Amino acid sequence: MSARARTAPAPELLERARAGERGALARLITRVERGGDEAEEVAALARGAGEAHVVGVTGAPGSGKSTLTGRLVGLLLAAGRSPAVLAIDPTSPLTGGAILGDRVRMVGVADGAFVRSMATRGHQGGLAAAVPATLRLLDAVGHEPLIVETTGVGQVEVDIASAADTTVLVVAPGWGDAVQANKAGLLEVADVLVVNKADRPGARDARRDLELMLDLGHISGHEERAGGRPRVVMATSTTGEGLEEVTAAVEEHRRRIAADGRLAERRRRRRRLEVAGRVERLLEERAAEALDSEAGAAVLAAVEEDRLSPAEAARALLDEVGRSL
Amino acid sequence: MAETATRVVLAKLGLDGHDRGLKVVARILRDAGMEVVYLGLRQSPEGVAGVVEQEDADVVGISMHNASHMTLAPMMVEALRELGLDTPVVIGGIIPDRDVDPLRDAGVAAVLGPGASAVEVVDTVRRAASDGGP
Repeated sequence: MSARARTAPAPELLERARAGERGALARLITRVERGGDEAEEVAALARGAGEAHVVGVTGAPGSGKSTLTGRLVGLLLAAGRSPAVLAIDPTSPLTGGAILGDRVRMVGVADGAFVRSMATRGHQGGLAAAVPATLRLLDAVGHEPLIVETTGVGQVEVDIASAADTTVLVVAPGWGDAVQANKAGLLEVADVLVVNKADRPGARDARRDLELMLDLGHISGHEERAGGRPRVVMATSTTGEGLEEVTAAVEEHRRRIAADGRLAERRRRRRRLEVAGRVERLLEERAAEALDSEAGAAVLAAVEEDRLSPAEAARALLDEVGRSL
Repeated sequence: MAETATRVVLAKLGLDGHDRGLKVVARILRDAGMEVVYLGLRQSPEGVAGVVEQEDADVVGISMHNASHMTLAPMMVEALRELGLDTPVVIGGIIPDRDVDPLRDAGVAAVLGPGASAVEVVDTVRRAASDGGP
C-alpha cells in the first residue's frame, strides 16, 4: 500500500474503489476489519447496496472448498461477471496469528477476480465478524456475485446460511455414511450439495447417502418448509469437471428464491441478525467495562463474601451497564 | 475495539521447488501473531504484487533457493512499484553475503540468510512492517 492510500479519507478511497482501483478497496476492507470508528465510517458510506447474489461455500477441512471456489470464479469471469471472493481461515486462539491458505488453491484459475483472505479473529461459527460489512462494501463498489468461503467446518457451524443467499455444501468421498447425513446441522442448511473429488472411490456412495437424507427430508416435511429439494452435483474441482453444473444449480436456486419471496425473507433475517450481533458485541464490551469498574469490583467482592449469588451479581451489573448506555 | 494484525504475503518465485523453509517461516510468523497469506510455489512477481494489493499486506516475504535472487528480487520490487505500492520486500534463503548490499540497493528492505533464528525472522518482519525496513 502506498503511503498516500494508507491515510486517504474513506470517501476518496470508495470513489477510487468504484473506479476499479483494487488497492483502495483493499484498504477499505482493512478498515472494516479493524472495527471501531474507521469501520463505522466505511459502513455508513457503503449504503445503498444489497443487490449482489451472495454465495456461501462451506464444508469440512480438506473437502475442496477453495479449489471449487477458484473454478467457480473462473467460470464467472469467463461469463463476463465481476466476482469477488472472501476466503475465511481460522485465527489461532493461542497466538492470534493465522495461516490464510485458501488463495494458494485459486492461483491460475481465479486470476482477475478480487480475492481477499480474512482471519476469523476470534469469531465462532466459520466466519469473521467483518464479513457482513465487507460484503456490503464489495457490493457497493460493483462486484457480483460475492462468494464467501468459510473456514473448514464441522457439524454445527451454520453461520454461513444466514450470511448467504445460496449455501453450497462441499463434501468429499468418505466423509460419512447415511446416519451421519441424517444428523442435524450443516446438511440442513445446504441449498446445493456438491460431492467433490468425484473421481475418487466412494463418490457414488456419498451421493447415495445424501440423496437418502434428502428423501427423508421429503417425508418429514422439511423439504416443503425449506422451499425445495437441494440439488446434488458431482464435481472434480481439480479438473473443472461438473463445475458448470454447480454454477447452474447455484443460479437456479437464486432464481427460485427470488421468485417465491424467500430471497427477501432471508435478507430481512440477515439484517436482523447483523443488528443483533452488533448489539451483543456492544453489550459484551460494556459488560467487560462494568466488571472492571469500581461498582464491578464491589459486586464481585460481594459474590466473594457470599452476600450475592452470581445471578444476583449479574443483574446488578446489568443495571450498571443500562445506566451507562 | 480496533484490531490490527500484521499481514504478510509469502511466496516463492519462478522455478524453485524448495518450499520447506517458507513453510517454517509461515509457521513462525503465525505463532508470532501475524496473519500469513501463503501463496507457495511458482509465483510470478506480477502475480504476487496483485495479491499484496488485494490483501493490503504490510510485508511481502520471498524465499529463494535457486540463485535467481539477483534477477527476481529486483523484479519483485519493480512489480510492486508498478502498482503504486511501497510494501517492503524481505528476501530469505540462500543469499551470499556479497549480494546483500546490491539487493538493498535494488529496494529490498531486508535479507534473511541461512541460520536466521525464529526471533530474527519475526523481528525483521516486524521492523519492515513498521518502518519499511530495518
